[in-house]
Formats: sequence, structure tokens, C-alpha cells
Amino acid sequence: MNDTSKSFVKFEKIDKSYDGEVLVVKNLNLDIAKGEFVTMLGPSGSGKTTTLMMLAGFETPTNGEIFLDTKPISKIPPYEREIGMVFQNYALFPHMTVAENLSFPLEVRKISKADIKEKVQKALDMVELGNFGTRFPAQLSGGQQQRVALARALVFEPRLVLMDEPLGALDKNLREQMQYEIKHIHDRIGITVVYVTHDQSEALTMSNRIAVFNDGVVQQLSTPDILYEKPENSFVAKFIGENNTLNGVVREVNGSSCTVELDGGFGMVKALKINVNEVGEKTQLSIRPERVSIDNSTSDSNNFSGKIEELIYLGDHIRARLDVCGNNEFIVKVPNEGSFNHKEGDELKLSWNSEDVRALDL
Amino acid sequence: MLLRSVDDSQINSVFPNTFDEYKNWDKGADELPPEEVYKSLFFELANGDKRQIGKALTRMNYAKSGWKSLIKKTTREIKKIVKKGEEPVSYKDTFININKLWADPTYWYSFNQMVKDRSSIYYWNALDRTFDEEGDVVLQDEKRRMYIKTWVRTFKVSIYVTIFCLILGFPVAHLLANLPLRYSNLLMIFVLLPFWTSLLVRTTAWIVMLQQNGVINGILVWLGIISDDGRIQMVYNEVGTLIAMTQILLPFMILPLYSVMRVIPKSHMRAAQNLGAKPSTAFLRVYLPQTIPGISAGGLLVFVLAIGYFITPELVGGKDGKLIGSWIAYHLKTTLNWGLCAALGAILLGIMLIFYWLYNKIVGIDNIKLG
Repeated sequence: MNDTSKSFVKFEKIDKSYDGEVLVVKNLNLDIAKGEFVTMLGPSGSGKTTTLMMLAGFETPTNGEIFLDTKPISKIPPYEREIGMVFQNYALFPHMTVAENLSFPLEVRKISKADIKEKVQKALDMVELGNFGTRFPAQLSGGQQQRVALARALVFEPRLVLMDEPLGALDKNLREQMQYEIKHIHDRIGITVVYVTHDQSEALTMSNRIAVFNDGVVQQLSTPDILYEKPENSFVAKFIGENNTLNGVVREVNGSSCTVELDGGFGMVKALKINVNEVGEKTQLSIRPERVSIDNSTSDSNNFSGKIEELIYLGDHIRARLDVCGNNEFIVKVPNEGSFNHKEGDELKLSWNSEDVRALDL
Repeated sequence: MLLRSVDDSQINSVFPNTFDEYKNWDKGADELPPEEVYKSLFFELANGDKRQIGKALTRMNYAKSGWKSLIKKTTREIKKIVKKGEEPVSYKDTFININKLWADPTYWYSFNQMVKDRSSIYYWNALDRTFDEEGDVVLQDEKRRMYIKTWVRTFKVSIYVTIFCLILGFPVAHLLANLPLRYSNLLMIFVLLPFWTSLLVRTTAWIVMLQQNGVINGILVWLGIISDDGRIQMVYNEVGTLIAMTQILLPFMILPLYSVMRVIPKSHMRAAQNLGAKPSTAFLRVYLPQTIPGISAGGLLVFVLAIGYFITPELVGGKDGKLIGSWIAYHLKTTLNWGLCAALGAILLGIMLIFYWLYNKIVGIDNIKLG
């Protein structure tokens, strides 16, 4: 994927500062292949929207260059970039009907009336709003407006579509439904999509690859499964999915694994060496809740116990909050198989494989 | 008050018998009214209430100038005759002996327009028209025509002021809505401070600025742009009225525009450009149409205020910068011709309603947005 010849969008050493002092985007290097669905995921203020705006042409990079289809685009004004965009609040023009909204990009391109009509209808059919052309945006529900915005961003056949938290204003069910719908449209027409969100489940559902942003820097860029299962630093581990942390100091390094002594004298943990280098370094261990097993130790190392602080019944599984090695936010997910009969206050025997523990930076 | 514009009953209560007899006069057959008319007038003048007659005289003078002095003189003579206890043989001759004008039928013709309780004379007056002897509507004497000219000027000034306010107010409102809060607050103070300042203060300030020895002329002379003898006359004429009214009414344009522009998301311009529209196209097709409620609210507000404006044109307008409001005030306070006053006011109101209706047809009143 990092092969320059294959990259359709390429961010090269991009810095961006609004006030000349604080960099909101730092040394960003990112390659996106044609047809890919890439999500920029991060908390608010992490620089993801700024990055998107630079790609759309509404912000100029302070340093570096963005290439689209191997051509630098910093000097091209937004209206000549041929990049579609779905805005956070849709930015549908309220004084135009749905059909007029969709014709707008075609009219400014001086496409003939008949073609416009055909393309608009096709785009509306694509988002299943074929009969809504004469309505005004205010007469549509949030989900319908969202589809119109999507159709408008696609109707002029742009080279690339950007989406800036397009589902943020929708309720949960509709959001999930729209996630699949956007994904299906992407699969169908094969357009390159750059998507910005702060919602990790949204990112995991839709993307080919996810770039996790924090503090103006891409923390990790990988496919959803790698991001979840093999986070490269503690920010990614915490930001994607649920994560249990234990702090300690590296005592022994052995190839790709290491031994960590937990703070507070709770014992030693065998873990994968990911983001630590030497003995004596402080580290944060990351374990996914579903990788912790209860009562059935399979290995001789990494056996601990924890007191149940809270049990939450969630139907398919029971969520147990434990106090383990000084961390009372330790979460374990117990599958609801009918064999779990502990109460709050009970001590549980816990164990995990050393491959499931990742020693990350602190 | 509006009824006053058509009310003509007072004079009928002063000369009821005379008017009754007058109606029997066959103008085709006799040159002058019959004896009975003169007789009733004789007694009504002799016995009538002096104040009521005085009021009626003012009204008669609107119909034909000269009535007032004629009746006054005649009344004096009639009272003398009554005092002596004489009874005239021919009332008609007595009148004509007192003053030859009583033999002039044009005076009698002017009665024609007064014999009814309702009269449209004030409305015709307000449009520089009057009744002739036959009761037909004709133009006033040339030297008495001024209302049509003033109406036209009132409209011209109002329309110009509205246009200037829009041209000046639109960019200011846009800045107000889009600048960072720090600057827009400061700008808002600049807009509101004059708005809160007394109208009189602002108007007189404009006199100071614009007069021939005023600030602007002074600076222009000092810069050498104009010579000392070539100082420009910018006040006490229509130009002065335009400048001062535009400045005074500007906030009424800016504020509705601002309130509309403030809620237009900035993403709309971005979206339009993203969709391939040049900034100018994006402005014309996306931004401008969304400001129409503000433009129409501001425009209507400024126009309505301008058309009835009074103090500023009165002070800076001079002779040819006065608007219709000045005449209404003049007749209300100076000539006490309240009928004409009411008629002018009613026409103004009527015109406003027509504009409102037109506006509603073209823009739609639901589109208006004041904040």
C-alpha cells in the first residue's frame, strides 16, 4: 500500500498550523489507493477534519504537498478539484428542491438539461429517493437528508468522495443502517472514499483501512482487524474497542516477548514486546476483555485473581468489572452460557495468554 | 381621523337652509341663484354662531379663495341692516349692493362641492387637483401645485434610500455574521451606537458635516480637490436628505440582514464550491437566495420608514428636499387643515398597503425575517 505508484491520494510531509505556533497536523504521510475506503478516526481536535479540509481545498497545508492522482493539488482551488464531499450537517441548500440540489453541480459544469435530468434521477434512485426530487430538504427526515447529501456528492462523478462525520446527527439505529448503505454504495461504484469520524464502531464497520489520529499525528494506519488486535501504542489500544490496562516496568526482554513487573508488587506478567525497548522501561500492558479467561487456567504464567466489583447483565454476555492488580476498572466479558454463578464481592481466578498481552508505551 | 379626510358636515350645519335652497337653483335657466338662497344666507349670517361661521369660512376658502373676506365684509353690513331693523325688499340686491362679487356666479358655483356631508375635495387637493365651477376635477393653478411633486420626490428618495441602504448594509451585515467574534462585536457596536443616538443629534451632526463651511467641504478644500469658491452644496437639498436618511436608516437594513446571514451555515459556500461552483457563482446561487428574507425585511422596513420620514428631511431637506411627511405636519400644526392632513395620511397609508400587497405577491410575507 505504501507504493507511491499505486497511491491515488498522497499526503507528503504535511504540517498545518492555524496560528503559526501550534501544529494541528504534524508531519502527516498518508497514501490512499484507488477505490479504497479510508477512515480517519480520532477524538475531536486530533486534526482529522483539518486533514480532510486540506484535501478538499478549504485549508492550505503550512508545509508539504498533497498529490491527487500523482498531481500536486495545493494550488488548485476547491471548485476545480473534482472532489465530492458530504458535510457534517449535510449543507443541503434549503432554497432548492432535492432535484435542484443535485442538479447544481451538473449545472455549473454546463451539462445539457437532458443529461442532468437523467443523472439526477439515477443518483436519487441509487439512494432510494427516486420520488423525492420535488421536495425541499426541510421536508425530509434526517436520514433522507443524509442520502440526498450523499447523492449530491456522487452525482457529478467525482474522483474522490470525502465524508466529514456524515452520520453524526442521526440516531443510533439509522446510523447503523446508513453505515451499511454507504458501504454498499462504495462497494458497488468502487469510488475512493475518505471518511472522518470519531466513532470507532463506525470506522470498523465501513473501512478498508483506518488512520487513527491523535494530537495531529497518525498513530496507526491499518486494517480494522489489525488495529483492534494489534494496536501499536497505548492510545490506539485505548481508543479502539475496550481495553484493560496494567502498568509496570520491563524486567526482562526475550526476543519478541518480555516480562513485566507490575506496579504495586502484584507479580510478573509475560507479554509481547511491542512498544518498549529496554529493561527498566515503564510500560502499559494492554489486554482485551474477551481474551481474559476465568477459572480455567491454560498456561503456567499470567495467573491472577480479581474481586468482582460490579456485574452488568447484557443479555448475550455478562460484563464484570473487577479489581485486578490495583486496577479496579478491569473489565471481563463472560459469555452467558449459564455456568457463571458468581456474585459481586467474589474472587475470580483469571488468566490470559502472553500473546494476548501487549506491552505498550506509557 | 381618516374620516376627517372626507368629512364636510360642519359647513352644512352652519348654512343648512341656504344649502337646501341652493339645491333648487337651476343653473341652466338663471345666471344667479334665486332670491330664497340670498334670503336664507342673510339670516344665517345674521344669526349664526360666530365661531362656527369662522370655521365654515376656512372651509369655503379651500373651495375658492376670496370667500373669507367677502363673507366677513358682508356679515358686518348685514348686522348693521338688522340693527337698524330694516327689512330689505330684495335680498339679492342688498347682497350685490354690499359687494359686487355676489353677482359673480363662480362664487356660487363653488358651493356645489360643499353641499354634501361627504367630499372628496381633500383627496383631490392632496393630488394637486380641485373642482371647477361645474364640479369637475381639474388641476390646481400652476403656482399652487406642489403635492404631486412632493409625492414623486418622496418615492424617489425612499427608493434611493432603500437601495443605498442595501448596497451599504449588505457587506456590513456579511462581515458582522462572518468575522471572528472579537471583531464582529466591535463592528456591532459601531452599528448600534448611532442607532441608539438621538435622531435629532444625528441629523444636526450631518448638517455640521455637510454644510458649505462644514467638515467635508473643509477637508476637500484643504486637500485641494475643490477650490474655496467651489464648495459643494450638500445639505438643504435632496442630496442632504438622501445622505442623512441613508445613514439613519442603515441599521434597519443591517440588523434583519445580519439575523438572516448569521444562521446561514458557512458550510453552504464550501459545499457549493466543492460541487464545482466558482465563488461568485456560489454567492449568487447559494448565498444570495438565502439572504432574500433579510433583504426583503430590511428593504420593506427601510422603505416604510423612509416614506413617512419627517424630521430629517425637514431639517436637512431645505426647500426641495422636503417629503410628504413635512406637509402633513405643516397642515396639522400650522394651517389646521386637518381634512387635507387626513387625506395625505390616508393616501400614504393606501400606498403602503399597495406596496405590502405587491411585496406579498412577489416575495411572500412569510419569507420575511426580522430576527
